[in-house]
Amino acid sequence: MSLFRDTGVVLRTYRLGEADRIIVLLTEGHGKVRAVAKGVRRTLSKFGARLEPLTHVDVLLWQGRSDLDIVNQVEVLDTFRAVREDLARLPKGLALLEVSDQMAQERHPDHRLYAMLVGALRALSDPGSDPMLLAPAFFLKALVLEGAAPVLDACAACGEPDGVVDLVAFDLVVGGALCRAHRSGRPMSPAALELSRRILGGDLAAVLAGPPPPGADEVAELATEAMEVHLDRRIRSVRSVAGL
Amino acid sequence: MYTGPLRALIDELGRLPGIGPKSAQRIAFHILKVPTEDAHRLSDAIVVVKERTTLCEQCFNVAEGGAWCAICSDDQRDGEVICVVEDPRDIVAVERTNQFHGRYHVLGGALNPLEGIGPDQLKVRELLARIDAGQIREAIVCTNPNLEGEATAMYVARLLTPLGVIVSRLASGLPVGGDLEYADELTLGRALEGRRRIEV
Ligand SMILES: [Zn+2]
Ligand SMILES: [Zn+2]
Repeated sequence: MSLFRDTGVVLRTYRLGEADRIIVLLTEGHGKVRAVAKGVRRTLSKFGARLEPLTHVDVLLWQGRSDLDIVNQVEVLDTFRAVREDLARLPKGLALLEVSDQMAQERHPDHRLYAMLVGALRALSDPGSDPMLLAPAFFLKALVLEGAAPVLDACAACGEPDGVVDLVAFDLVVGGALCRAHRSGRPMSPAALELSRRILGGDLAAVLAGPPPPGADEVAELATEAMEVHLDRRIRSVRSVAGL
Repeated sequence: MYTGPLRALIDELGRLPGIGPKSAQRIAFHILKVPTEDAHRLSDAIVVVKERTTLCEQCFNVAEGGAWCAICSDDQRDGEVICVVEDPRDIVAVERTNQFHGRYHVLGGALNPLEGIGPDQLKVRELLARIDAGQIREAIVCTNPNLEGEATAMYVARLLTPLGVIVSRLASGLPVGGDLEYADELTLGRALEGRRRIEV
């Protein structure tokens, strides 16, 4: 057995036995880690609410021979209460966790993904920000991390640049934006194309600072679909609570 | 390894929650050893509970022989206040306090976006129908104090408040008998907000 310390975000938890939980963490230095928190469901547990999903923690873990580590100590860095206690923000936060869980590999650190998740949760808990585009922007940027960046300045099928052809559709299966001749997937307005470029072109902070710009609804849907194509599964926390 | 009836019993036991293959074997061999009448009592209990116990048509608590559970059938209970819980077992916990005299509504779980459980998978429509029927003026949301339970509470509050129902949530606070120094910041933060004046 060896003991190691890391910081991480609790992505999700599963009940285990009578009073325990398996905690899935995205850690900075060890990638995705699964650990057992013994007795955490008891009212008098020393862990209390520290291992609830969304919490940013500093943990000390025992690594044994099995896949499951054991939580030894935990301190809270941030509870993200503003996300946790707001029905408009919570599903967005959970979508970030769900996608991070899908993308992260066990025991394989990905500093950029970790930094992106923590940064996105901080932005989401800023009461002045509009949460609408936060998860979609995260999805688009995560696609870039995964090496699946959508092509936005030319037709992904024929390679003709924007301006020479009109980019009128978007299909991540093909690779991004598409011209009229090669259109598939979903239609894309000029506003949505422009907004997607701003999100991926380093202008995200400005995009999130104001009210949702034109094309925001479309980009939200397009980014979610693109991430779903990439993961080859539905993002449940977006779909199951769509009506909330 | 095992065949025939013994195999069948081990398989059935192994399907119960929290029972792994080893425990299933252990229990099966225990049953082999007990007197025949003890085994009959167990099997009868299982059959009878399935035959006589249903879910209450009004609140989805367990009901014994009848459309409504004992609490919904009890005229002494306050029909204007309901306690909204995730699971019938939570009713037992609240009842043990002896401090609640209204009725209940069992949602059958909590909102769990990560598992794909939304309002449609819970008894939310049935709750709204009860509110529509008009008698209920107050709802106390007693879902678990975790992320899913909190999300459910916020959702129920948002749904019922515009209908003129007073919605409250169980207070979050420190467990009696615990040490303050071990309290986590979320629990302690909420306990501070929910502090109460000491009457002297
Ligand atoms: Zn083309
Ligand atoms: Zn009932």
